[in-house]
Amino acid sequence: MKPAVVPGALAPREKQTASRLLIGLAVAVTAVIIVVPLIYIFWRALADGFGVFAQNILDPNTLHAVWLTALVALITVPVNIVIGLAAAWLIARFTFPGRKLLLTVIELPFSISPIIAGVCYLLLYGRQGLLGPMLADADIQILFALPGIVLVTLFVTAPFVTREVLPLMQAQGSEQEQAALTLGASGFQIFRLVTLPNIRWALVYGAVLASARAIGEFGAVSVVSGSIRGQTNTLPLQIELLFNDLNIVGAFAAASTLTLLALVTMLIKTLVEGRTKSD
Amino acid sequence: MSLAMSNITRRFGQTEVLRGIDLDVAKGELIALLGPSGSGKTTLLRIIAGLDWPDAGNLSFEGQDWLLKTAAQRKIGMVFQHYALFPHMTVRENIAFGLTVLPRAQRPGKAQIAETVQRLLTFLQISQLADRYPSELSGGQRQRVALGRAMAIEPRVLLLDEPFGALDAQVRRDLRRWLRSVHDSAGITTIFVTHDQEEAFELADRVVVMNGGVIEQIGRPDQIYDHPATPFVARFLGLTVELPVVMKAGRAEAAGFDLTALPRRALPEGPATLFLRPADIQPVADPAAPFHLTEISSTGALLRVVAESDSGCRIEAEVPRRDGHGLETGMNVSLCAVAGQIFPGLASQRASSPVAAETTPHALKENRL
Repeated sequence: MKPAVVPGALAPREKQTASRLLIGLAVAVTAVIIVVPLIYIFWRALADGFGVFAQNILDPNTLHAVWLTALVALITVPVNIVIGLAAAWLIARFTFPGRKLLLTVIELPFSISPIIAGVCYLLLYGRQGLLGPMLADADIQILFALPGIVLVTLFVTAPFVTREVLPLMQAQGSEQEQAALTLGASGFQIFRLVTLPNIRWALVYGAVLASARAIGEFGAVSVVSGSIRGQTNTLPLQIELLFNDLNIVGAFAAASTLTLLALVTMLIKTLVEGRTKSD
Repeated sequence: MSLAMSNITRRFGQTEVLRGIDLDVAKGELIALLGPSGSGKTTLLRIIAGLDWPDAGNLSFEGQDWLLKTAAQRKIGMVFQHYALFPHMTVRENIAFGLTVLPRAQRPGKAQIAETVQRLLTFLQISQLADRYPSELSGGQRQRVALGRAMAIEPRVLLLDEPFGALDAQVRRDLRRWLRSVHDSAGITTIFVTHDQEEAFELADRVVVMNGGVIEQIGRPDQIYDHPATPFVARFLGLTVELPVVMKAGRAEAAGFDLTALPRRALPEGPATLFLRPADIQPVADPAAPFHLTEISSTGALLRVVAESDSGCRIEAEVPRRDGHGLETGMNVSLCAVAGQIFPGLASQRASSPVAAETTPHALKENRL
């Protein structure tokens, strides 16, 4: 798609110095704020040579953190996809009392600081919390264990899929689904053959954003995980821990792994974005 | 009787969209639901399709109660206003959809589905489009594909919502003739919704004129054109000149008008309203008449003539240009009505001014998305 008007075509010739200056400034700011720190992470991680880097990455605690982070993402993203789709479908296709409220509730995690989410879960499931004694009686461990980490991550990532899918579903309307209905398709066939193909790229996009967030979440997880080395430490927590241990190379090695994960996710996101536009 | 509706009522909140619809459709008929936007015609179509349910009333097809059946069980072919083609499927896959989603026990074999689709593609004259995607088709082509998809399931009734609404004038006329020929050779009972009077009259066997959730008139196009049953239908069909008259012994009388050409009507003595098409009014030179011509303008084939009386009455007439060369502004004329429709009592006070005539176009514009 080409814009009808070439950007800058309306600007007078003599202002070109000014526009070059502004562009240069933007590039400089981007470099200082984003690019240089990113490169610095890898540079510091590899400062003492690849051997030390590998040794730090292969440290059992760091490896466990990588695995735990991946596990959390693998659990939360599918749950997000299912619940996010269901919510988007409900809000886009039906009018019912409380529809606006539901939308607000789904978007709430965007505006609430993750650490507050963590504290809420702490107060709810903690030993002195509302459900704490009941859980303790049933011998169910939620806080300082995988379930707690998964729950807060779900809280933090809840809006992503719905936010991406809902506007598309609203814009497309339900005419295609009604057409499929009159042609004799069952509910599941309509979903699989008509609804899903129409929103598939928005869905992938939402899932990618949700996984990026799930992998990188620090605040909420740090409250509920208890940061037990080799047990409940996710990668972002492990980085902080290594940093506090003054193991700079270790911290940067772990950070580079996390950065790599984030870059891969963003790469997928960019590819998906290209697909969405060409559709 | 193939499709029978009685007393169908539908409310959306406080708004009564349908207020007791009674309609019978014979097998193989082509019916137009004609009306301005908000008349309830699309709601009625959706109720027949099984996409909406009435609050009261009955709907049956060949004796079966359709209100107990889902849209899928009714086997209707629905063509949506914006076609609702599946964008990720080719034309061939779109048309095959209704067959591929059948339960395994009823589903024809792959070769048989391909054969049915090919036959439809040929029948609808779109074979060359078979492997394209909807985004690569023009509006008229999409319309044909949408009809093909609906016809693939061999529907008992074909329903079309504003089938030509989103197309430009030339394509619209072509597709209209094409649809008529498709209907005539396939013989499927067909109901379509339109706000365009010309479209309804050219295409349909019978036209159902709707307004405000009720049926104003049902009839053959000529019947409705010649004898509009209500003031609404009269205005909707372009009888835009509304003249207060007095009934005397079955004849209408109005000062300055010659109404003797109109047939006698068994209406009570007293005030009534005469509805006329501007084309059915002939100005005749008459020095003693109260009307004089104030404006004459040409549209090429027609002369548009405005006559005003001393009492402030303003009448617009249309005369074929070749018959009107004797007319000049300022001359006194009497007005001779060739045809018209009389309704007892005084209809709403809509003066027959040019403004009123212009705000009542023959086809009410409707712009829904």
